[in-house]
Amino acid sequence: MATTEVQFEDHIAHHGADDHDHDHEHHDNFITKYIFSTDHKMIGKQYLITGIFWAILGGALSLIFRLQLGFPEMQLEWLRPILGKWITETGSIDPEFYLALVTMHGTIMVFFVLTAGLSGTFSNYLIPLQIGARDMASGFINMLSYWFFFLSSVIMLSSLFIETGPAMGGWTVYPPLSALEVAIPGSGLGMTLWLVAMSFFIISTLLGGINYITTVINLRTRGMSFSKLPLTIWAFFLTAVIGLLAFPVLFSGALLLIFDRSFGTSFYLSDIYIAGEALPNVGGSPILYQHLFWFLGHPEVYIVLLPALGITSEIIATNSRKPIFGYRAMIGSLLGITILSFVVWAHHMFVSGLNPFLGSIFMFLTLIIAVPSAVKVFNYLATLWRGNIIFTPAMLFSIGLVSVFISGGITGIFLGNSAIDIQLHDTYFVVAHFHLVMGSASFFGLMAGVYHWFPKMFGRMMSNRLGYVHFWLTFIGVYLVFFPLHYIGIAGFPRRYYSFTNFDAFSGFTDLNMFVTVSAFITFGAQFLFLFNFFYSMYKGRIAPLNPWRSNTLEWTTPLNPGHGNWPGVIPTVYRWPYDYSKPGSEEDFIPQTVPYALTPESNLPHEDELVDREKEQDAIVVDDNQS
Amino acid sequence: MFEIIIGIGALLVLLIIYMIFRVFTLMNVVKGNDKNQDDERVSVNNKINAWMFMAVLFLGFGLFFWYSYTRFDEYVLPVASVHGIEYESIFWITTAVTGIVFVLTHILLFYFPFRYRFKNDAKALFYPDNTKLEIAWTIIPAIVLSILVFSGWRVWSDITEKAPDNAEVVEIVGYQFAWAVRYPGQDKQLGDFDFRLIDAENQLGMDFTDKASFDDFIPQELHIPKGQPVLFKIRARDVLHSVFVPHFRLKMDAVPGMPTRFWFTPTKSTAEMRAELNDPEFNYELACTEVCGRGHFSMRFIIVVDEPEEYAKWYAEQASWLSQNEEYLAKIPVELREVAMISAGIEDKTKKEIKEEVKASF
Repeated sequence: MATTEVQFEDHIAHHGADDHDHDHEHHDNFITKYIFSTDHKMIGKQYLITGIFWAILGGALSLIFRLQLGFPEMQLEWLRPILGKWITETGSIDPEFYLALVTMHGTIMVFFVLTAGLSGTFSNYLIPLQIGARDMASGFINMLSYWFFFLSSVIMLSSLFIETGPAMGGWTVYPPLSALEVAIPGSGLGMTLWLVAMSFFIISTLLGGINYITTVINLRTRGMSFSKLPLTIWAFFLTAVIGLLAFPVLFSGALLLIFDRSFGTSFYLSDIYIAGEALPNVGGSPILYQHLFWFLGHPEVYIVLLPALGITSEIIATNSRKPIFGYRAMIGSLLGITILSFVVWAHHMFVSGLNPFLGSIFMFLTLIIAVPSAVKVFNYLATLWRGNIIFTPAMLFSIGLVSVFISGGITGIFLGNSAIDIQLHDTYFVVAHFHLVMGSASFFGLMAGVYHWFPKMFGRMMSNRLGYVHFWLTFIGVYLVFFPLHYIGIAGFPRRYYSFTNFDAFSGFTDLNMFVTVSAFITFGAQFLFLFNFFYSMYKGRIAPLNPWRSNTLEWTTPLNPGHGNWPGVIPTVYRWPYDYSKPGSEEDFIPQTVPYALTPESNLPHEDELVDREKEQDAIVVDDNQS
Repeated sequence: MFEIIIGIGALLVLLIIYMIFRVFTLMNVVKGNDKNQDDERVSVNNKINAWMFMAVLFLGFGLFFWYSYTRFDEYVLPVASVHGIEYESIFWITTAVTGIVFVLTHILLFYFPFRYRFKNDAKALFYPDNTKLEIAWTIIPAIVLSILVFSGWRVWSDITEKAPDNAEVVEIVGYQFAWAVRYPGQDKQLGDFDFRLIDAENQLGMDFTDKASFDDFIPQELHIPKGQPVLFKIRARDVLHSVFVPHFRLKMDAVPGMPTRFWFTPTKSTAEMRAELNDPEFNYELACTEVCGRGHFSMRFIIVVDEPEEYAKWYAEQASWLSQNEEYLAKIPVELREVAMISAGIEDKTKKEIKEEVKASF
């Protein structure tokens, strides 16, 4: 820590000729500071708080349907004050509302928590701080991005309260079910609100995404080449690229669905006889929607996963006190995943009636994407090997992420294999798979990020002890919830079933379903430890040191509570990669990115010694710049 | 009862959390840790967390292997189709390969944190990369995955290849919220259909201008012969459905406007399966696996696998749909009515009677 401060002051002294005027301190009022803020840090926090709200709601919805699955006989009359007519006269959940719960749980978790809550929070918060920028490329667009998200949230939330109920066709909202109100009541106003909310959500994501990309490309500080970027930034950058390319396709898919629903077109509808009449629509194809949806839907998995992997890479390296193993391979894997994520979407459609030849192609492409994922896991393991590991709660969540990423990734090899997918498709095996690899992994990344950057966000420390208890309950909890679902899935239990009593084949596992439900309640309950810790520490936590984790990255060179513009005085220059931990010869076990090689002759590697001269030239240019 | 269990469970958890807290707090008071955390880089918690990894590793794997072994028969359904056997073999090969990876990586992932937990006098190894190692662990997974993909692809090709010409054809139609099946009748030709022709009786929209539909029959149960290839022609009337027969390892979506198909060969008759499972109540069941609305969970249809002779007998006994709904004769073009009556098996009436009936139905 001492080193950092000295270096930091050094740099201010070094670039003494700085002419950047920072006296124009902003005096924000409440509205411009906390509500319509254009400061990336505040926008990041807004995303985080909104994401937390959605996470609690999305989790609570899952508890209600878990009650139905675990204890189908249970009297739920006590939920009537909240759910009203969705509790039937016999005191159980209405089967249609059950589908609504499943749909909204999925929509909320995938988009509002793990896309907006994760990418929105950390891309906004960390990109300028870690690349050395004063703010995002466009603070205004950034603000718009949050407020479109907020508008989308309000609309999606309101759909929960309307009489015909929210969307009920599953989070993928496949037509014709989602297009015809006579098919299910949720496809009426609820579905309209879903589509409108998603359209605003997509706009928000795109506005955010172009900002992240522009900022990373254009606003990196002096010396911060792409090969010196922390892996977090690489991950956020590529996530934004995926989002920018994939979300417009969902937008077009949603738009066509709106046309089919409201203007009588037949993009997805054909040959339908429902509610006693044959519909006039001919020539459309429900499969077209599936292609459009999964062209986003699959990259979406990586949109929620990559930021978590980026965050984890940073945290594991920092707390193992070791450089991340295979920095270039990590970037290569991220790039590989980014590109391949666009050519695997049809593995969600192996049994949709897709041409079997296409199925073969997508099976090959899908299993290729497992290779970069495997490389990432091995690199994490190699990073832990012979480290000097400090278990902060963030570190625990990162190790937890690697674990659930392996467990969930492995089952992806089953599902990506079209022959095996025939049996497992749309069973609980799939539920187990994506809740581990996408849900839990991203959630763990989110948690790790919050624990790690909380001191920077709020200037105070969270309680480690509460964090430990939270981690172990959550970690063991998610395994107890999701691992048993593999067995239920192998046994063929289909997803989105209100009850299994109609089938002899699915009459077993009542004990296991009960166990899963109880585990889900405990795991959900454990999250309140985090909430308490989060809000309590925000006001009452121990004041954080400037660099509590002895980390190398730039954000820890800012003041404790960075103001508008992040760095008072000049933005520090970057001389080295972010992973010089435990470098042989160096006294401290970390060397921040702002320390020139000239100051560390004792630890420089041979090729780094050569860089010393170039540093001098670089700094000379800086001085010239300032004089001119 | 369940409420009480949940209540007690929740209470216990809260109690445990509280106890852990107290223990931590007291330990820290005793050691005087709570004040001067800044001096020490790590507290005793580091050791506790390291040990927790080992505990979770052993308990977790213990539970995993114990449950997988003892409950094997519950989660693995018996196989009753030819391709199902191929499916099982690649499923279990994949399980074995990935299971080994799962166990090994987890042992490393949990052992490293334990072994290399922070020590004041230790220093981490500065080890930023090793190209050979990285190439190795890129290529090895690639090879293993290729083997898995190729074996999967072979099975997939077998399953999806064209159905043999002698396959028994059955049409399965999904609608909210049930299934209907149609057989081609004696001519072994399914008649045309059109969704515009659907009405309260003609639920499948059979087109009676097509001669092939005269002898089609729509039974209440789906019968198929053991040991013969069977081709399901699948369609949906309203929204997406999906035909799923877990014992046959068979699944295919039913799509309105786009007929799909799946062929397979059943290997065990219902009677044989009942004997094997020692369950006289056993039936093959067809379920829906694509969310389709309120009754999605209740779309059950019974499939009966007969010995070939039994099947032939059953097949011959089925009365054509037309013979049970004679008023539809009126929809048949006049010049075809006679043919229709013969192939539908409406022979015991005189032509005159039919004509009167037809008139009456107008």
